[in-house]
Amino acid sequence: MNGQDTARDVYRQALPVILVSLIAGLFAGTILGSETMRAGIESVPGILLLLPAFLATRGGVYGSLGARLSTGLHQGIIQPRFELDRRLTNAIVASFINGMSVSVFIGVVTYFALFLFGGDGNLLELVGIMIVAGLLSAVLMLSVLVTVIFVGYRHGLDPDNVIGPVVTTLGDVFGVLFLLVGIYVMGVVL
Amino acid sequence: MSGSDRGGDGSNPTGRDSDASVPEPVVVDEWSVRRIVWTMVPLLAALSVLQLVSGSVLETFEETLLENPALLVLVPVQIGTAGNLASIMCSRLTTQLYLGTYEPSLSNPGVRANVVAVFGLAATVFGAVGIAAWAIGTVLGGVLGLGEVLFISLLSGLLLAVLVVTTSIVSVEASYRIGLNPDDTTIPIVTNVCDITGVLILFAVVSIVL
Repeated sequence: MNGQDTARDVYRQALPVILVSLIAGLFAGTILGSETMRAGIESVPGILLLLPAFLATRGGVYGSLGARLSTGLHQGIIQPRFELDRRLTNAIVASFINGMSVSVFIGVVTYFALFLFGGDGNLLELVGIMIVAGLLSAVLMLSVLVTVIFVGYRHGLDPDNVIGPVVTTLGDVFGVLFLLVGIYVMGVVL
Repeated sequence: MSGSDRGGDGSNPTGRDSDASVPEPVVVDEWSVRRIVWTMVPLLAALSVLQLVSGSVLETFEETLLENPALLVLVPVQIGTAGNLASIMCSRLTTQLYLGTYEPSLSNPGVRANVVAVFGLAATVFGAVGIAAWAIGTVLGGVLGLGEVLFISLLSGLLLAVLVVTTSIVSVEASYRIGLNPDDTTIPIVTNVCDITGVLILFAVVSIVL
């Protein structure tokens, strides 16, 4: 269906979902600008430093899962059903491993970057925040993304137009929110 | 572009010029956990390190951001929207690639439709973003005028659209030539490049306007 679409088709198909994700993005921005988050940014050195990397990971891991499922659906080698299909399971397990390992990695690298810049980061705290935020993100993103792609596909929606908005919407809003949860949890634990 | 120049993975039946309904066995490789993880983790790790560049830009502008909530609101929205556009563009190009209708040229109807649509979407969305960020920023106690926020949003947004289009086409083409699955590579690369450059562009525009 892609080859024949005109610019107008693409625009019309993409605009509603993009506007929805825009509103969600404004929510993320508002959370980021809230008093609580500002306090978190000030109390934990390195939060602003790891923020872009953390948010981008969501896009990278789950966006590519979406694109992979989309291509599989278009090729006909994946069925839009919730069953233990080997390809589907593999893709999901791999995304989980990717998401968690990169989250931990970001915590470690941020610590060393702070150390190099002469700051005083806490390795345990940063990695802990990343594990909490990464785990919550993975559970949410995997379940919602697969559901939206399959249900949308069965209703004639092209997954290619849906994945990006869904991933960035959920990724940004819940990424920032789960970051706050992580800061809170590690504040209690440590 | 013939099938013979497809890098590394000669047995892969999902090439540009092959039939969509291919027999199963050979596809297995593309869908193994190990292959997906080993393709992506090094890439994601490297890109995370690169992201620290925009992270440190945010750190540098920390005071400006905390003083002007509109800009703080603008940051994730601006990046998120660019990421959306990039994701749509890449995903569509990759599917075109697998279905055999893609070629790396602006005269290709599919590619041209995507490019025009991305610019139309950018103009629409970044206008709305500017107004919304100004309103929320004002509620959160900011003092920036509507004109300033709108100008910052539209200018950096349209510059981002140019970036999205260029990076999408280049990275889909590059990963095809190298023999990597574009689904694993293009989206991480393009969203990351848009994030990093997006923050740089945004704060370049900010420091000119303010």
